[in-house]
Amino acid sequence: MGWLEGRFEESVITTTLEQAINWARESSMWPMTFGLACCAIEMMATGASRYDMDRFGAGAFRATPRQADLMIVAGTVNFKMASRVRRLYNQMPDPKFVIAMGACTCGGGPYYKYGYNVVKGVDLVVPVDVYVPGCPPRPEALLEGLMRIQDKVKGMKSFTKEQPIEIPIPSRTGYVQLPPELADMQKANAFAVKNKEKATPAKA
Amino acid sequence: MTAAEIINILEQKFGDRLKAKKVEAIDPFVVVEPGDFLAVCRFLRDDPRLRFELLNCISGVDYLEPDPKKAPKAGFEPHVEVVYHFSSFTHRHRFVVKIILPRWKDNKPGELPEVPSVSFLWATADWHEREVYDLSGIWFSGHPDLRRILTSEDWIGHPLRKDYEFPLEYHGIRGR
Repeated sequence: MGWLEGRFEESVITTTLEQAINWARESSMWPMTFGLACCAIEMMATGASRYDMDRFGAGAFRATPRQADLMIVAGTVNFKMASRVRRLYNQMPDPKFVIAMGACTCGGGPYYKYGYNVVKGVDLVVPVDVYVPGCPPRPEALLEGLMRIQDKVKGMKSFTKEQPIEIPIPSRTGYVQLPPELADMQKANAFAVKNKEKATPAKA
Repeated sequence: MTAAEIINILEQKFGDRLKAKKVEAIDPFVVVEPGDFLAVCRFLRDDPRLRFELLNCISGVDYLEPDPKKAPKAGFEPHVEVVYHFSSFTHRHRFVVKIILPRWKDNKPGELPEVPSVSFLWATADWHEREVYDLSGIWFSGHPDLRRILTSEDWIGHPLRKDYEFPLEYHGIRGR
């Protein structure tokens, strides 16, 4: 650190290059402008001001796959579209990530049995990183899926070769923690009984 | 003009070439043979009393009960119908023409039944006929460009036929 010493003052932080790159990468996941069906409406709502995907650095919807990191497959994929989806995926630069948004892309959804032309899950066409179920998923669910992608990016090892890839640990989670009076089964039962007693009308 | 009057005019012109008629239906209709269909269509469009300028839609209907147990009770012989809905802006009336066809031409499975195309009378029929051909499997002879419109070019079969079998695999993608 010889020549660096004394050049900066207290506001210097040190990190590994890998962490810095992963941090930059997860904070600017650019999705592709690309919607196939009704889930795309929900994806647009996620990008709009109320839910504001830009908070997570993913609001810059790119109009070309060559500038995009993330493909949100929003909507039913049919056989005619599958080859196009595959080509768009191939045109994206590495590293690339795929969110399967909605029931149709997760596994055929309502078209599973009688949809003669629907691909039964987009994972038959492109590798999927995160599945977001729902019909369509709410914007919060898509944001949750985006955060799972960010966790995955955070665990990426692009410079340390031949090391096991970490299983991503969710850093921000939508998991709702139960209050202490509901923490285990007995306490929850006792709470329910107490509530029921409280709710019974007092006899006059 | 009421539907009964329209049917009267058609009967005066074509006589017993109309195979069936129904006035009391919600959409009153006549049934014609495929051979007479172009003459009827031209008359419907060009006669000053009728003036059907608009072809609303073309529908292909497949009458088939695939379950052999239920087939005797189904109430119809297996056949396909092509249904044409017409409207007139001038006289503000509507009418329906139906064509009844065998499910397969000459009862050879795979040979599509034929109907003359009306795309030179109503330009809107062009894509409608392509859709009916694609999904119901009816061949419109004389159509300028009869290709599949909704399914992909190399699709096999006509999906809205009742005896259609789903593809198990399409270009390496598992179908079910």
